[in-house]
Amino acid sequence: MDIIISNTSGEPIYQQIIDQTKKLIVTGEMVDGEMLPSIRQLAKDLRISVITTKRAYDELEREGFIRSVPGKGSFVAPHNRELIRESQLKMIEAKLREVIKESKLLNLSSEEIFEILKYLDKENT
Amino acid sequence: MQKNYYSPGYNEPILEIKGLGKEFHDFALEDISFHLERGYVMGFIGPNGSGKTTTIKLIMNLLRKDRGEIKVFGLDHVQQEQEIKNRIGFVYDENHYYGVLTIEEMKRIVAPLYENWQEKLFQKYLQEFNLNPRQKIDSLSKGMKTKFSLAMALSHQAELIIMDEPTSGLDPVFRSELLDILYYLMQDEEKSILFSTHITSDLEKIADYITFINKGKIIFSAEKDIILERFALVKGPSSVLTSSLESEFIGLRKSSVGFEGLILSQGKVADYLRSKSVVERPTLDEIMIYVVKGR
Repeated sequence: MDIIISNTSGEPIYQQIIDQTKKLIVTGEMVDGEMLPSIRQLAKDLRISVITTKRAYDELEREGFIRSVPGKGSFVAPHNRELIRESQLKMIEAKLREVIKESKLLNLSSEEIFEILKYLDKENT
Repeated sequence: MQKNYYSPGYNEPILEIKGLGKEFHDFALEDISFHLERGYVMGFIGPNGSGKTTTIKLIMNLLRKDRGEIKVFGLDHVQQEQEIKNRIGFVYDENHYYGVLTIEEMKRIVAPLYENWQEKLFQKYLQEFNLNPRQKIDSLSKGMKTKFSLAMALSHQAELIIMDEPTSGLDPVFRSELLDILYYLMQDEEKSILFSTHITSDLEKIADYITFINKGKIIFSAEKDIILERFALVKGPSSVLTSSLESEFIGLRKSSVGFEGLILSQGKVADYLRSKSVVERPTLDEIMIYVVKGR
């Protein structure tokens, strides 16, 4: 499990852990039932505080991505297709939002963006 | 009481300070209150002379308090001093060992004072920290002395490690090594660390809680992440500032090329300034500097 924390991104550290762990689960790099590092081990490895790590794990558990067994550790929760699909959609939405932002700088209309998208899609198939 | 460390509600404070006060002729500690739970690291920050060392000396009963209450492991720090000190590892800024003795000789004097002294563990730390037991304490570098103090503190199974300025005067490489040692210790969720420092970059990493003291008073004692989110650092052109806006700043520095200051990250002032200037997440250093400096 690779997690890279940026101190300059402006994104809170716990959020970076949440996002990257979700990505690892969604892309299948971490599989059903796989054990995550303990909260204290991850804090040590990332050189962050225990509370920050705990906050990230609590949130991941609340959203159903992992489950924690007291005394045993935290594990990737059994895959919920809906949850994963929803989260992938969110990732696509985020990317599209960036596209829209950049397009605004060039005064591109949504129709024009759509044209580009259709053209690229054709190219791919 | 049945101890169940896995239940989230179980949070026995390992250290609890209430209404602590101590007066000197030119300085006073006033109404110091904070607590630390098991399994966490607290950074104790403040400028030089703000009362960090005095507070720590009061906890260790090296100074007599005028008023207030200090409980360590739920025990009174004066009445049950002996039991408490058996379970505390204390690392001091000033060297309190006899310099003419070797590490081994010094250990022979100190070790019998602890009920739970573990010689094997001590030997392990000497090796890990690259300390030669036959070396005289006077000939150790500052970093080596700190490591020796730490080896002594860790070899009697201390549950609470208290360190007064352990990183001052030490290079970044040693500070990084020390951080590794502290992380290693914190793998045990029964242990806690309180350490004072004015080098906040070390703390910014490991500390779960930050207690900030200035002029003998606690400014805040809270979760580090919450503190960092509570404040915002603003940089902008001088034209943005008005006198009413200036009064909203916690700390402000004006120069010929603009201003930089600390505000609360939530609220109308922050929203307004976000549209007119650069707003960033402050570091602990910046929070400390602007709170001390003021407007």
